[in-house]
Amino acid sequence: MSEISREIQADKALVAAIDGTYLFDGPRSRRGYALSKMCASLARRENREAFSADERAYCRRHGLDERTTDLVLARDWLDMVRAGGNIYYLFKLAAVDHLSMQRMGAQQNGLTIEDFRARLNSFQEC
Amino acid sequence: MAELVGAVTTSHVPAIGMAMDTRITQDPYWKPLFDGYLPAKELVRELAPDITIVVYNDHGLEVFLDRVPTFAVGAAPHYPIGDEGFGPRPIPPFTGDTDFSWHLIEQLVHREFDVSIFQELAVDHGFSVPMSICFGGPAGEIEQWPTRVVPILVNTILYPLPTAARCYRLGRAIRQAIDDYPGAERVLIMGTGGMSHQLQGERAGFMQPVFDRMFLDRMVDDPLALTGISTGTFIKEAGHEGAELIMWLVARGAMNDHVEEVYRHFHVSASMTAAGLACYRNLQVPPVRSHVP
Repeated sequence: MSEISREIQADKALVAAIDGTYLFDGPRSRRGYALSKMCASLARRENREAFSADERAYCRRHGLDERTTDLVLARDWLDMVRAGGNIYYLFKLAAVDHLSMQRMGAQQNGLTIEDFRARLNSFQEC
Repeated sequence: MAELVGAVTTSHVPAIGMAMDTRITQDPYWKPLFDGYLPAKELVRELAPDITIVVYNDHGLEVFLDRVPTFAVGAAPHYPIGDEGFGPRPIPPFTGDTDFSWHLIEQLVHREFDVSIFQELAVDHGFSVPMSICFGGPAGEIEQWPTRVVPILVNTILYPLPTAARCYRLGRAIRQAIDDYPGAERVLIMGTGGMSHQLQGERAGFMQPVFDRMFLDRMVDDPLALTGISTGTFIKEAGHEGAELIMWLVARGAMNDHVEEVYRHFHVSASMTAAGLACYRNLQVPPVRSHVP
């Protein structure tokens, strides 16, 4: 194995060992491609309106399977990340609900927004 | 020849833009962050750049996952404000400088940086928030941008990202292109993104101010040490989204080997991000040590 291959593998192994972190690489982006693409479409006002009118039908038109559609309707951010959705595209879905990034973060941690903000503030001491 | 008059590096958190756009910058939560931006605005006003090069990453507004350039340069006469889901930010569009853009592209490609070329480009918060921080009024208010702009896009979304060393060398090539530009323009370069933050997964909310302060220090006195940081190490030490810090190294690479940090502002946190800002000016010679051990 070449030096470069060893470096790449070591770097991926480093990230794989970090709990609660999902490296957004080729395979993951492929897995969540339809989800990310559906979310990206929500950057247009007319698409946001069509989505809000019938979320399930909109997801179906964008090629999402039933399981992923359920995650979208439930706004299950963590499982959408695990399913290969990219956080920046998911943020466009959150924008439909006028939901902040902090609320997405809190939910992924299973915390109330108050507890999550307290955790964020705790980093001031570092 | 054109002159690189300085560099500013800053976080580009969308919530910072929203705070300006909704006029809540004096709320207790936001006031310390925005107060810390005031000296930077003054410094940038004094630098009076004709052209501002903004190194940023698109967050899925113009670059979808179907085509992902590792590096790209904007060559548009105008850059409209994109709609990221909340409607476009209420700020004026940006004016480009196509002559300078094409000069930069020719030079970079000749220097073997095979950049993609964007002749149409709407910009997102990654670009507009740093511009509002540096050129807007105390609350970000702006009627007309006082500088032309050239966007440089770096892929920080889809692994593999360019290495920190490659980003630094891109900065070097940008500097050579500035020095070779046959005009008298004053050029500012901005490196955006970071500092430590993670938005995805159960580790969302992670920050590492110790790493950030180290990064700020080495930006001044040993940037080459930072060019050895791998993507995986950035993710471990600064969070999955903290790898954006490679874009600070593009700006640093454009500067002289020796710089002075004219101003630094570090605030934990803006939304979920450790927010950093630093202003640099070029030094011609190494500073003389006042104390010899």
